[in-house]
Amino acid sequence: MRNFMGSVNVRQILLPIGQMAIFITGAGAVCSGVMLVLALLFRGSGADHILQATQGVGILTYTLNSLPQVLIDGVTIGFVYAAIALGYTMVYGILQFINFAHSEIFAIGAFCGVESLIALNGLGALAKASAMGSFMYLGLALIIGMAAAGGMAVLVERVAYRPLRSSPTLIALISAIGVSFALQDVIRLAESMTSGQFYRVIPTFGNFDEHITLFQIGSTVIDIQVKSVVVILAAVIMLVALNYLVGSTKVGKAIRAVSQDKHTAALMGINVNAMISLTFLVGGSLGGAAGVLYALKFTRIDPFVGFMPGIKAFAAAVLGGIGNLTGALLGGMVLGMIESFAGAYLGTYTMGTFGAEYKDMVAFLILILVIVFRPNGLLGEQISQKA
Amino acid sequence: MKESLKSRFQDFLVFLDRGRTPYFVSIGLIILGFALVYLSPRSIPGFLVFVFAASSIYWLKMNKAVQLGLAVFLAVVLVPILGARNVFYLEVIFQIAVFSALALGLNIVVGFSGLLNFGYMAFYAVGAYLWAFFGSQQPYLLHSTVTTKALNTPFFLAPDYFYLFIFLGVIVAAILGLILGLPVLRVRGDYLAVITLAFGEIVRQLANNLDKPLNFTNGPQGITPIQRPTMPEGVLNLFNQVIQPVVGHRVTDNQAYNILFYLIALLVVIAVIVITYRLDDSKVGRAWTAIREDELSAGAMGINANKLKLGAFAVGASFAGAMGVLFAASRTFVSPETFTFLQSVGVLTMVILGGIGSITGVIVGATVVTLLNIQVLQSFSLYLSQLRQSEAVIPIIGFHWKNLSNQLDPTKYQRLIFGIVLVIMMIYRPAGLLPAARRKRELGGNPEDKDLEEKGA
Amino acid sequence: MRKPISIFAPTIAALVLLLAAGCDKENKTIKIATQSPLSGAMSVIGSDIKNGTQLGIEQLSEPLTKMGFKVELAPFDDQGNPDTGVANAKNIVSDPAVFGVVGHYNSGVQIPSSEEYHAAGLCNVSPANTNPKVTERGYLEVNRVCGRDDVQGAVGAQFAKSKNIKTAYVLHDKTAYGQGIAEYFKKEAEAQGMKVVGFAGTEEKANFDAILSPIIAAKPECIYFGGMFDQAAVLYKQARQKGFKGMCLSDDGFDSPDASKIAGDALMQGAGTYFSTVAGPAAFYPDTAKFVADFKAKFGNAPQPFAAQSFDCTAILLKAIENATNANGGKLPARADVAKAVRALQNFKGVTGTYTFNAKGDPSVGKYFIIQVTSPDPAQWASNKIDQTLSIAPPK
Repeated sequence: MRNFMGSVNVRQILLPIGQMAIFITGAGAVCSGVMLVLALLFRGSGADHILQATQGVGILTYTLNSLPQVLIDGVTIGFVYAAIALGYTMVYGILQFINFAHSEIFAIGAFCGVESLIALNGLGALAKASAMGSFMYLGLALIIGMAAAGGMAVLVERVAYRPLRSSPTLIALISAIGVSFALQDVIRLAESMTSGQFYRVIPTFGNFDEHITLFQIGSTVIDIQVKSVVVILAAVIMLVALNYLVGSTKVGKAIRAVSQDKHTAALMGINVNAMISLTFLVGGSLGGAAGVLYALKFTRIDPFVGFMPGIKAFAAAVLGGIGNLTGALLGGMVLGMIESFAGAYLGTYTMGTFGAEYKDMVAFLILILVIVFRPNGLLGEQISQKA
Repeated sequence: MKESLKSRFQDFLVFLDRGRTPYFVSIGLIILGFALVYLSPRSIPGFLVFVFAASSIYWLKMNKAVQLGLAVFLAVVLVPILGARNVFYLEVIFQIAVFSALALGLNIVVGFSGLLNFGYMAFYAVGAYLWAFFGSQQPYLLHSTVTTKALNTPFFLAPDYFYLFIFLGVIVAAILGLILGLPVLRVRGDYLAVITLAFGEIVRQLANNLDKPLNFTNGPQGITPIQRPTMPEGVLNLFNQVIQPVVGHRVTDNQAYNILFYLIALLVVIAVIVITYRLDDSKVGRAWTAIREDELSAGAMGINANKLKLGAFAVGASFAGAMGVLFAASRTFVSPETFTFLQSVGVLTMVILGGIGSITGVIVGATVVTLLNIQVLQSFSLYLSQLRQSEAVIPIIGFHWKNLSNQLDPTKYQRLIFGIVLVIMMIYRPAGLLPAARRKRELGGNPEDKDLEEKGA
Repeated sequence: MRKPISIFAPTIAALVLLLAAGCDKENKTIKIATQSPLSGAMSVIGSDIKNGTQLGIEQLSEPLTKMGFKVELAPFDDQGNPDTGVANAKNIVSDPAVFGVVGHYNSGVQIPSSEEYHAAGLCNVSPANTNPKVTERGYLEVNRVCGRDDVQGAVGAQFAKSKNIKTAYVLHDKTAYGQGIAEYFKKEAEAQGMKVVGFAGTEEKANFDAILSPIIAAKPECIYFGGMFDQAAVLYKQARQKGFKGMCLSDDGFDSPDASKIAGDALMQGAGTYFSTVAGPAAFYPDTAKFVADFKAKFGNAPQPFAAQSFDCTAILLKAIENATNANGGKLPARADVAKAVRALQNFKGVTGTYTFNAKGDPSVGKYFIIQVTSPDPAQWASNKIDQTLSIAPPK
């Protein structure tokens, strides 16, 4: 036992958790700070008067009251983005190319996970499951989703990317777009063959929909849904595990070596193709797990479900500094927060002139600004000329 | 077997280019294609023969003047006649022209100067909304919402301002290109992809959201009606006098507009092609290539990379702006649904599929993708759907078409086919259908020869 | 210069393959074309517009078949994109065998495409385009069996008023359809003295957390959603989970059993879930019930919103073609005669209602039902309760 513990580098587990804590508090604190300053500035404005008239609270109180809930929502979606972003960033790190089909890999994971839950539900297993049992079933769905998505990612790499490895990245990019189109319709075909419809709804089971009350401010109850906790916990475990895999194992070392220099790595006796396949397997299965979590949180999935989260996760990966694992986490967190804040407060602060419909736009605008002023992302290193 | 096939094919090619043969072949093809389409206006093979014949003018070795004459005759006389007989083909050709111009514009950014752009539709949208706003009643409806009736509101500008707005579209889109270009100076590679993607999304969402506080774009409802330039009374009559006996029926106002827009699109495309050729061959074009290949070394050679990158963005954008104005007028309707990310990807696909950096290649790419998208795949699935409604049986296995599951309806899976075509193309022809000379060398070997070998084997 | 010719080898091969595709020269064929998004995210609804038409042709073409004609379906994928829609429209128009078009789903595609139908005199009956502009142009060729945004939004607001709702939060899906309905709901609600405490659009399909924060804070008695069930049901479910207790109200895009598959119990909670529609619940209308059963048997899924309307569009077109053919002495009529015959139909009974078109192409009296969802079980969707029935003529 001691021997085993000795080989596990505890630091490698604690470090990313610490980083996460810093990122979440950091991003949360910055966003909240900005919001509070705005709330102070907006005191006495038209928005303030409207709030006073309709809800009987001033803009500062309003903001303070809703802030914790908005933060929790932001963190949850941030973790989902981060989990998807990891897939983009891993592939980018090793091949320097944008795996456009990752959003479909995500969808495949979601579908396989949800299908297995639907099957279990059909057998009546879900309805009878205890609290512990329902977590077991969710775990099973996660594993199935991860296996399917990881397998598909490896297959896609083998069929559509490997033959193009020596070509310019643009060529591989178009191939990826082709794969993305094809996979969407493959999912659609497979799903509609079985029931005529190509979208699925995750069955309701366990106590995932229940709320845990965290604390109370005045009359406002701040609570969090069980499934949000599940999403966050699962994402944290995945992130830590991935960090450990890449940072502290022999395989991880090999992957890093391949991403730095394929030829030299090959000379060192590393099987480059195997490492690239492994990267796709890991990235894909993370995407698949994110898909199942996404389905759990947001109920309904269709073959095109991956598109928007995919784009945002990609943006998150770039925001954090693409190719950088911690960066993906930070990027996802920042993007999730911005979205959540913009959605919640834009309408109120502008008196309905610019409503929640601008939330994606605000997220994209901030993305542009960040990249312009930090061209290599928040945590990125100077990328080489040829990239 | 392999050798003989290959050599026989090459002999054939040599024969095609010898002496007067190309003239006969080309004219023969054109007559054949024209006759096919004229006699059976709905035949798709006939139309493809016609397209093939048109391209043969370019491929075969002929006197430049003859080539030009044939091309002009084909474009200005034959196509409108066929178009009046079957509006669909005119639409196909019109869209090919529009997308060629878009793809050529994107080619300057992506192909010549190597800057990835995922938000190209934004410039198209700006052009379209420019004329949609000024060419409709919208400026008088700034304070209206969906629920207010806009009856009897006059149009803001006279319809013939349209021609001026084609140029304004160029200018406005170019300015926007410069604005988007500014962040480009600082970022590179995939970061650029994200910035342009975000930019494209922002423009689309602005179009979708700017119906309040002031109603500029009418939001998701879109702007309609948008004016078309006036059709001079005499022209239509004159046109009808000449063409009615050939077409077999009177050309209606609507058909005349189709032809008019086709001709305008043709003019714009020709202008775009000329500009692109001149640029490609100029100091600027070579500087772009230098930046694409190695920015540091290019800088060392005294090339001002920043200025040139901005230039590339502006020029590329301006083509899309012009086409946007044309699009708005020809559709008389503009809504944000046209300018999605997928459309930007579609144009990018045309560029890369056709042959990045190669002008002919890009046009071929635009043609192939447009044909696939609105004609070939559609008619293929229509054909299958017809089979399913008939008594037809697949011979050997004795399978009745009508027993085919409803879920396997081919109409629904066009994108699947398109996706697979893309992947196969990229694997077997990575440099595109007609690669630029430089790309071909870069990718090593001669893809042509490899292709032939595979066929022979 | 010479080498590229090799690429034409496959092209020629493709030509040969396609030769058959272009050759159809039977003049005993009548085609009904459909245009709807069959690929992409909107294809959930789009495919069922096609399927509804297909079912209509199979069940209702007998009178024409007896006259010796063969009625065929020609499905087109407009991809929800005006460019493709217009190109398809021109393709359809140029096929003389096509006598009617059922479509589109997106008003943004219908409006430019119908310019082509209008120019060619080809009759278009739309199952789903509720945008007022569709018929405001007054084209003889353009009709619809669905309601109008301006009427339906107002119906929703009047219903809310009758339930003593005082404050409403209005959301829409940022499409021409949803936004239109939502705007008219807001207008009528304010005219009725209700307070609209918020108005916002969202393209979000899954994560409504951010949007719900201000809604929950504003404590409205009713959330009105203009758009389709796939968004609305998810939104309502998340709203309930965040503690929303008021009424959920939506439009005819909500009329799908899958809404309760998505939201389940959430639809029963609080002050309940209601939606307005022109099609009555199947259990009370034997024709509708038969349609739903046939549709399920043939395609394996419950019909999505607008599938039944597509079936009716087809029925109307087939009837009009039949009438026009009879008037023409059993020979195929001119397209314009079909368009006129559609307008001449009086009280045509379809599965979603009884139709007579006015001079613009709107159904002359729109009958709207407000339906309350009564069970979280998707299988019970057909037995939902009619809460109110309103008959409203479209604006002149």
